[in-house]
Amino acid sequence: MFSHIRTIWLTFLHLFKRHVTIQYPEEKVKLHPRWRGRIVLTKDPDGGERCVGCYLCAVACPVDCIALQATEDENGRRYPEFFRINFSRCIFCGYCEDACPTYAIQLIPDFEMAEYNRQNLVFEKEDLLINSQGKYPGYNFYKVAGMNAGVKQKGEGENEDAPVDIHSLMP
Amino acid sequence: MTVMQHVWIVLGVLFVLLNIAAGLIWVERRMLAMWQDRLGPNRAGPLGILIVLADTLKLFFKEDWVPPFADKWVFIFAPAVVVGSVLMSFVIIPFTPQIIVADLNVGILFFLAMSSLGVYSIVLGGWASNNKYSLLGAMRGASQMIAYEVFMGLSLMGVVMLTGSFKLGDIVNAQKDMWFVIKQPVALIIFFIAGIAETHRLPFDIPEAESELVAGYHSEYSGMKFGMFFIGEYLGITLISAVTVTMFFGGWLGWSFLPPWAWFFLKTFAFILFFILLRASLPRPRYDQLMETGWKILLPLALLNLMITGAVALLIRG
Repeated sequence: MFSHIRTIWLTFLHLFKRHVTIQYPEEKVKLHPRWRGRIVLTKDPDGGERCVGCYLCAVACPVDCIALQATEDENGRRYPEFFRINFSRCIFCGYCEDACPTYAIQLIPDFEMAEYNRQNLVFEKEDLLINSQGKYPGYNFYKVAGMNAGVKQKGEGENEDAPVDIHSLMP
Repeated sequence: MTVMQHVWIVLGVLFVLLNIAAGLIWVERRMLAMWQDRLGPNRAGPLGILIVLADTLKLFFKEDWVPPFADKWVFIFAPAVVVGSVLMSFVIIPFTPQIIVADLNVGILFFLAMSSLGVYSIVLGGWASNNKYSLLGAMRGASQMIAYEVFMGLSLMGVVMLTGSFKLGDIVNAQKDMWFVIKQPVALIIFFIAGIAETHRLPFDIPEAESELVAGYHSEYSGMKFGMFFIGEYLGITLISAVTVTMFFGGWLGWSFLPPWAWFFLKTFAFILFFILLRASLPRPRYDQLMETGWKILLPLALLNLMITGAVALLIRG
């Protein structure tokens, strides 16, 4: 009985509390930088695609919403021929971002992607690629990779020494 | 008073009451929201007050459907009963010494009779819907209202004893020195609890209990027929608040810086807000708990209150 009266009183006191409602379209929600929203493909500092078409994201995806086809350019640099994410299936779990070895695929704090037509939720590569390095500025996979794919010559990469001249007698 | 004056009073009371009942849509939703740290409807018009208009229009333009398995005429008749009986009860409410439709000398009895008639609306609506949930809701409604009707009347009899009249005008005048809430606090609590059950408002909304019975007795109703139940409920809140104010809180009496009708409306509005506060705070009891409290606690308490009041009144009069 007294607990009921106390309940009523406590509820009444809420009259003087601030409301928690965010009036959405006018007032935006504050999203944190690592919020998992829309998926993008980032570029390296030189403007090349970071994605090397390794399929790890497609494998990690629990709902199979990522589809891609890898191919190579004339220098042997791998890139996706097409890259398709079906956002009507995507659950924004972020596993693709975790799986990506080249920081190419990233989730950004944006959730405003409502569409009238379901087919418009299937994003192609040109929709996904952004002209930015995303959360990892300065990273270029082919600069640290061992192979030469037209980005750097042998021994010119980051943290890489010039090749040893095996014919030289000097130490 | 001339005939025209009576007609004006009747029309004025009807106009004000129906507008209050509609306005309560907005009041309830805004107040509930504030007690739950939300905003509530705030888009249509200033502070969202045009939600009333939008909601009414919506109800008017919804398909007014009678299910093929329903008992058609009873189904159509039921919603009218609740609004009709509640509006009839307002006949005896003295808003001010002048504004009263009919100061019957059996005023309170008339109010009790009319609010009992309201149960027909629930029973007929639930029965005519020919639907399991509706019937369950109707059965619950019937037994709840019968149980609570009994001591609702008994709790008011204490006030009647002290006044010596069933006339509501006399009852208000008898409170000139002291409101009956001080002399009859137990009666007030019992009457108010019974009033909540009578209007089947939360926490005693057992006949409609949307988490158990879809929408109880009005599951099958749509459009303006549902709207009638809706309006009936809000009118019921207003009625119980108005009767509480008249019986226990001195009706139109108050300091002279406000006119009598303003006092009446202020007090009534406070009780309407309390109804909404109860909805915001209390959970619904189980059906058997409701019946148990009614028959085993509140009814003996009402009888005891009546007995003591009678004894004291006899002692004082000598």
